[in-house]
Amino acid sequence: MSVAYQTVIGLEIHAQLKTQSKMFCGCANIYGTEPNSQTCPVCLGLPGALPSINQDAVSMALCLGLALEANITPESFFYRKHYFYPDLPKGFQITQGPRAIIEQGKVVIAGDRSVRGTSAPITVGIERAHLEEDSGKSQHSDRQQASLVDLNRAGVPLLEIVSAPDLASPQEAFDYLKTMHQLVTSLDICDGNMEEGSFRCDANVSVRPQGQTHYGVRVEIKNLNSFRYVKHALEYEVQRHIQLYETGQTPTQETRGWNSDTNQTYSQRSKEAVMDYRYFPEPDLPPLVISSQDLENSRRRLPELPQARAARYRRDYQLSEYDSEMLVSSPSFSHYFEALILARVSPKSACTWMLGEISRILNEHDTNITSLGLSSERLAELIHLVDDGVVTRSSAKESILPKLLGSTLSPKEIVAQDGLAQVSDSAAIQGLVQEVLSSSPQQLAQYRAGKLSLKGYFVGQVMKKGKGQLNAAVVNNLLDEMLK
Amino acid sequence: MTLPHSTQWRTLLQKGDVSSRDLVEESFKKIREFEPKLNAIISHYYEESIELSLKSDRRIKSGDRGAMVGLPIALKDNFNWSGSLMTCGSKILKGFTSHYNATVVDKLLRAGSIPIAKANMDEFAMGSSGEFSAYGPTLNPWDTQRVSGGSSSGSIVSVAAQYVVSSLGSDTGGSVRLPGSFCNVTAMRPTYGILSRYGLTSMASSLDVVGPCASSAFEVGALLSVLVGQDAKDSTSIELPKCESLYPLKPLDLRGIRVGLPREYFTDGIDPSVRKVIEKSIDEFKSMGASMIPISLPHTAYAIDTYYLICVSEVSSNLARFDGIRFGYRTSKSENLIDLIAKTRDEGFGEEAKRRILLGAFCLNQGHVDEYYHRALRARNLITQDFNKAFQEVDFLLTPVSPSVAFPLGSKSKDPAEMYLSDVYSAATSLSGLPCLSIPGGFVQLPNSPVRLPVGIQLIAPALSDVKLLELAHAFQLSNTHHLTQPVL
Repeated sequence: MSVAYQTVIGLEIHAQLKTQSKMFCGCANIYGTEPNSQTCPVCLGLPGALPSINQDAVSMALCLGLALEANITPESFFYRKHYFYPDLPKGFQITQGPRAIIEQGKVVIAGDRSVRGTSAPITVGIERAHLEEDSGKSQHSDRQQASLVDLNRAGVPLLEIVSAPDLASPQEAFDYLKTMHQLVTSLDICDGNMEEGSFRCDANVSVRPQGQTHYGVRVEIKNLNSFRYVKHALEYEVQRHIQLYETGQTPTQETRGWNSDTNQTYSQRSKEAVMDYRYFPEPDLPPLVISSQDLENSRRRLPELPQARAARYRRDYQLSEYDSEMLVSSPSFSHYFEALILARVSPKSACTWMLGEISRILNEHDTNITSLGLSSERLAELIHLVDDGVVTRSSAKESILPKLLGSTLSPKEIVAQDGLAQVSDSAAIQGLVQEVLSSSPQQLAQYRAGKLSLKGYFVGQVMKKGKGQLNAAVVNNLLDEMLK
Repeated sequence: MTLPHSTQWRTLLQKGDVSSRDLVEESFKKIREFEPKLNAIISHYYEESIELSLKSDRRIKSGDRGAMVGLPIALKDNFNWSGSLMTCGSKILKGFTSHYNATVVDKLLRAGSIPIAKANMDEFAMGSSGEFSAYGPTLNPWDTQRVSGGSSSGSIVSVAAQYVVSSLGSDTGGSVRLPGSFCNVTAMRPTYGILSRYGLTSMASSLDVVGPCASSAFEVGALLSVLVGQDAKDSTSIELPKCESLYPLKPLDLRGIRVGLPREYFTDGIDPSVRKVIEKSIDEFKSMGASMIPISLPHTAYAIDTYYLICVSEVSSNLARFDGIRFGYRTSKSENLIDLIAKTRDEGFGEEAKRRILLGAFCLNQGHVDEYYHRALRARNLITQDFNKAFQEVDFLLTPVSPSVAFPLGSKSKDPAEMYLSDVYSAATSLSGLPCLSIPGGFVQLPNSPVRLPVGIQLIAPALSDVKLLELAHAFQLSNTHHLTQPVL
């Protein structure tokens, strides 16, 4: 007989902070430049070089702490974590010790109905978020029979955000990750680019029979660099554990990787080869002391957070909960929406366009609102043309919008140039109605015999003849009259 | 040209009697003459020095009266000076060229001082005798059969042999004070943090300081005056109050000054002839008006153990970057990455470095870190409290620097525990970050031998009282000539 299993998941997120310079030196924190061009004695680990703390990174960490309603540790310490690897120039990573700058935070996400029976919001605990430095990158080249090291990334500030094991399914892990992504990008402390590695995730997962009090064997899946991979890897891993338990076996405590080609996890390192990192307090750095002034400065820097923003949309614009959540899914998307409103588009229309036509185009082109090449001013002008009855909605969608994307013309210019203005002149429309009625004697007979639903057919035919530019209300009125 | 004692060089320069270039030429003449006997220098920079001296001569001519302008100086070979070699006394850095200036080197260059050479040292500043250098031991100018003391052996001997008037050493557990005592040089360990460590190759970060060495306390003050100042690149650096009084240094009026004599530093372990010299110095201080007060530093007995636990732990971490990947020595044959790093380190480091790395890795091991490293940190606090208490009663402390005079070459290098005991009088102050000075206190005449060997006395002051400490030593040196006595080479 089959047992019900309970899944326990915790995520470790590494978010690269969007500071100008690196965590412990003045080198620029930028991605994609010539290898080893953003380096100095400190991040190269040259003899005699010493670290100094980037206060901007500290202040960004505090922003996250405030957003997570976390405890801010007034005095925490940097520690050295030792291991030998060519992309770790000093032979140790500077990270934080037993106390982190941020502890005991929380974030709210929707519960997974399939495991909890309800989608009521759940609170996910954040055990800690600590500051540390990133390592460089190693590249292994078979052709050159050599390994190459790029230290541009060495010393880039990272915030490691460790959740409590509060996530009960891969779906919740996915939602949590999305929420944290939205949070750090809204706070403008991380660019959130998972492909470039500025937002990375490791997942800890275990499975236990329903009712068992102690946790099952925990497996860590490393370097999940997309939201989808997180979900898929966890789904795979949960099933793997269940199958092992079902056949009387137990998973091995280990670190696994995700192969996105085979859609499987694979064993990387057994926990038996336990690493001793020889942690000890970094003697080259003073304690990380947070003053009330530091906190106040970070508080002032906090933007409106997504959840607060969504609440405001519901309250001020009478939008639905679903629509509001969708609009705040990324900072740039909601900024665009608000720009439309500033351009006096009604919230309802702005929402309909953003979540309808604009989202469809973004998906189709796999792009985001900032790269779309359509300013909010031009879209606002188009929406006004529709709402004022100058053009029909269908001309706007089908004829004007594609032209807006491919040119620098304004909507009004396109309307004038292509003669797309809506036709409301009864005399002109009457002729078209007459043409449709005369060419559809059969349908007309059926209608007259009582099949009133055929009116829609006539409207469609008339609109088609009018190339989508006819005023629908006028068409309807005329049809009503002429069908009598 | 025959130059007078190096304490006179600045006056000659400023009067125009000699040029900076003359001084540099004289330095190199001595280096060529005495280096075969002393081995104080690892690399020297004649052309660069001449160029710098010409610049400084122009500065002097245009009226620059800066404390260090035109004076040649030696740098311990663990300071980065851009474009120069830096070996740290180790094979693992053979041929390594510095790519940037240490903050203190920058400051020296700005002050018009002329670095002429990189000085020999125990490997990565680990050693008390100067024998643990991959480039051979530095020998004592007072008796070349004996050690110079370490680890800043070459920096001290460069001053003792008058290659230079002053030098930069580094002091972690006594590394300028011990050789200073063995070679009759005034050597200072300043308050931890008043000199930037940026660019000084780290050995034990919480203990390392830049140690100015010179032919007198006055000259140490002059050197220190151009080096002090908080540095954004060293987060542990701090400002020194009253630093404007460092140059020109005034003697302290000793009347009413209370000097503590910690009984734990005057035990039977001291060689009687050394004790005699120290007692004579104590009498001199008394005759100048100071009163001597017996006090106790009860945790002194734990100082050596505490010091070495913290030191080796930090050493094992700081030396992790020497892996053969980016710079320095790399083994010629290796199987894989770990093998490459292991072989490089095995072949590149000397015995003492490897010993401390292993001890340190052991102390920091997850299972031992509380028992050793963290316990040592607690002991460190107790030792510091001893000093704080003592300084409520006295202005300074006076102790020996070493229980013995310079010992014969090879006599301790096979026994690490015995060698570690050389630091018995210098380790506690290092742990507490206090300013202390080793100053020449007189000589011991060896029986049935023409050789006489210098004895240093250690003066200790409360944290940040560096200026007053130098003023005390200056007053002492104005009343005697121990520090002006030179070895016959």
